[in-house]
Amino acid sequence: MPSDATQLGQTLSTLLTIAWLLPLAGFAIEIFGGFWGTRQSKAAAYIAVACIGTAFLCSVGALLYWGDQTDWAALQPHHGSGHGEAGQAEGDARAAAEHAAAHPSHAGEEVDVADHAQPVSGAGIPAGAWEHNLANAPEHAAPKSFSGTFYVLAGFGSLRVAIDWYIDSLTLVMFTMVTLVASLIHLFAIGYMSDELTDDHEDHQVQTAHGHLHRPGRFSRFFAFLSLFSFSMLGLVLAGNVFMVFVFWELVGVCSYFLIGFYVERKSASNAANKAFIMNRVGDFGFLIGLMILWTYFGTFQFANRVEDGVVMPGLFDMLRDGDGNMHLSDSGATVLLDDGSDAAAGIHEAPTIPYFLLVAAGLGIFAGCVGKSAQFPLQTWLPDAMEGPTPVSALVHSATMVAAGVYLTGRFYPMFTPEVLLTIAYIGCITLFLAATIAVVATDIKRVLAYSTISQLGYMMLGLGVGGWGAGLFHLITHAFFKSLMFLASGSVIYGCHHVQEMPRMGGLWRKMPITAFTMLVGVIAIAGLAIPGISIFGEKIAFSGYHSKDAIVATAMTFADLNRTHFLLFYAPLIGAGITSFYMFRLWFLTFAGKPRDQHVYDHAHESPRVMTVPLIVLSMFAAFVAVGGEEGKLFLLLTNSEPAGVANGLVASSPSNLALPSHEAVHARHALAGTFALVVAALGALVACVFYGLRLVNPAEVQRQFASLHTFLIEKWWFDELYDMMFVRPVHVVAKWCSACDKYVFDGILHGLAKGTVLVAHWDRMFDEQIVDGLVNWVGRVTYGTGSLLRLLQTGRLRQYVMFIVVGVVGIWVIVQIFAS
Amino acid sequence: MPPADLNAYLFIAGVLFVCGVVCMATKRNAVGVLMGVELVLNGANLNFVAFARFTPLGLDGQVISLFVIVLAAAEAAIALAIALNFYNNHLTIDIDRADELKQ
Repeated sequence: MPSDATQLGQTLSTLLTIAWLLPLAGFAIEIFGGFWGTRQSKAAAYIAVACIGTAFLCSVGALLYWGDQTDWAALQPHHGSGHGEAGQAEGDARAAAEHAAAHPSHAGEEVDVADHAQPVSGAGIPAGAWEHNLANAPEHAAPKSFSGTFYVLAGFGSLRVAIDWYIDSLTLVMFTMVTLVASLIHLFAIGYMSDELTDDHEDHQVQTAHGHLHRPGRFSRFFAFLSLFSFSMLGLVLAGNVFMVFVFWELVGVCSYFLIGFYVERKSASNAANKAFIMNRVGDFGFLIGLMILWTYFGTFQFANRVEDGVVMPGLFDMLRDGDGNMHLSDSGATVLLDDGSDAAAGIHEAPTIPYFLLVAAGLGIFAGCVGKSAQFPLQTWLPDAMEGPTPVSALVHSATMVAAGVYLTGRFYPMFTPEVLLTIAYIGCITLFLAATIAVVATDIKRVLAYSTISQLGYMMLGLGVGGWGAGLFHLITHAFFKSLMFLASGSVIYGCHHVQEMPRMGGLWRKMPITAFTMLVGVIAIAGLAIPGISIFGEKIAFSGYHSKDAIVATAMTFADLNRTHFLLFYAPLIGAGITSFYMFRLWFLTFAGKPRDQHVYDHAHESPRVMTVPLIVLSMFAAFVAVGGEEGKLFLLLTNSEPAGVANGLVASSPSNLALPSHEAVHARHALAGTFALVVAALGALVACVFYGLRLVNPAEVQRQFASLHTFLIEKWWFDELYDMMFVRPVHVVAKWCSACDKYVFDGILHGLAKGTVLVAHWDRMFDEQIVDGLVNWVGRVTYGTGSLLRLLQTGRLRQYVMFIVVGVVGIWVIVQIFAS
Repeated sequence: MPPADLNAYLFIAGVLFVCGVVCMATKRNAVGVLMGVELVLNGANLNFVAFARFTPLGLDGQVISLFVIVLAAAEAAIALAIALNFYNNHLTIDIDRADELKQ
């Protein structure tokens, strides 16, 4: 037990902050790589690898230090998060004790129940402590999570937005996984991206007027973005409030945009980058709505509690749920009572509430963000297109960073989800896993098979989370990260070795040319397929790779869930059938690529094994893919993860209003584990067998089957017509509306404007005529008349004095005559 | 011979006046024109004096004629100066040649 939990938290946060910020520092340097160095220099790659490698060491250090300080309490089986936590009162505790007595194998739980009822022993973590703040954690036990604030961005009275950190065992495991996978991918990319090390890179896929496109290599830029990507993902994992999660969420999104569109001159790549970005925005819209609801009703974004001036300000989780993970509904069931830390019972003020439907809306909103990020149905179409990026990017996006973010957040935000939201999550995952698996069966591009397999596996994780298997879903996230990055890197190695041929029908028999790639890939294939050898065990462990354990956990949870809620039986059958399909298409991929005879002699002749910088990461990853989950649900990884499990998950949920959904307890899952495992294994083995018959032994000609089911094949090749559907549903209507708008603009608004302009011109014309003819005419006429008169009078002005005298004389005589006439 | 009455004076004055006007209208010599002006002025003077003598006008007519004499002297002085300058510039005093302002 740590004497000082605060100090442990500080040490962990320091280590993880270093691990988090190092890639950012790397990015800041590497982005200037092309400016500071030559295009032939690998310096950027070395900096990137050094940064992420050091980050990995820091993460491992943090994990080990944490374990050491807590005496690895998390690894003790049946610790406090076991079913013993069911005790909510002494009466319950007694019932559980009786139950434990009836099952001697669970005797350990009895101790924990006793611990909970009377917390005297330090052996377990007290019930409900999963979200304990440092301040209110009991002295004698290590808190399960640590949290704190780096910097307060803005405060509005009691509301505040800050850069927080939140560390529990999930954070530590994620950090270790992300930095490890990212390090190996960085290392692999040094080899894969080496053709960018030039001042004159020729892109064979871009045609210009003068042949292929030539451009400077972008080696440094690639590594700069990889570093930024790692930084964003680590920030997302470390984030202590959901607002900060959102910020890094978007950073991850923009990094994926940069990297998917890395070959920006290729139309397909820039389209794919746009597609990924825009589809993620659709999900983020829901995320924002969720954030607004939370902010309005909870007044905080923080996960953890915060102590301010000695007053505990509860975070999101503690406001909604009590120490046993229960929500408190009002009598009518329409609102949920929140605990804002003040003593409502004392009558100082009423406890805040949130309408139940808004809590559901907030959960669905946040989950919508996860749907976009993790490429779940119906936003799954961006992910296969994201294959346009370089293969290391695909590996990073599809294993450790981007798509993992959605699943991670679903797990992190688990206490905020009501049973209805969980059911939605489960169904979304169920649909996703099935449809993606079926598409993967017919895909021929090696990377696309893997892409659809990623979507499918993400569906498994969501399903696992949705049916109440918090640990199972995240367990699969971690194991999947290893074997999927392994397979992506292996496919990258194949693509690199075959000089950028990606079509599997042109490969075949490659294992002779690239044995390391082939066999590491086989490890990944077996791992994802979930194969194991039943009946035999070494050192008390089943002979099975990581995927077997994690998929097993999900299938078992789904089976239990389906048993508890009979109407939702699909949630069990879909993953079971999906397991068979997964196994089939993964073995199909392996057989098509590596086994059999070469189908394209040219490709085969030029294929070669990749350099050591690429194969070493493969070997390391295959080790992890095989052994990371050793022990399954009794194993270290699972126990580490479930140490962070939200309170109450272990107990399940008894069906009650308003949702009327039951969630399985750990015990119930455990009871069905063996049966579910057998089912899954049989189905997976069947899948593998069929793949072997079709593609390995060639007993059945796949082309013949294809012809038999031509319409089905087309349906799958066209990806269930989703792109076309979205084209019809969104793109075309938008085009139509745009055309209307354009026509309206062109004919109505432009017409009005043009009419106005023409009228103005006409009026101006008239005005000009009036001005010229009448006003000017009048003035000119006056001028002309005056001038004419002047000219006439000028004739009189002869300048002859004698004449003037004559005028005077005549004038006087004239006047005299007139006077005489009028006078008379 | 009966003493001269007003009409006789007026007749003489009219002759003087007409002589002056004809002189102004016919003479091309500037000095001749000035002489015509003097005749016209004197014709008018004679009228004033005659009216002063034969009508209740009284001394007013004589005073005006005195003014006219003074005026004629001043006019003659200025006009002769102009004529002199004109001659200096044009070597002639033909008033028909003095038409520069018209051009």
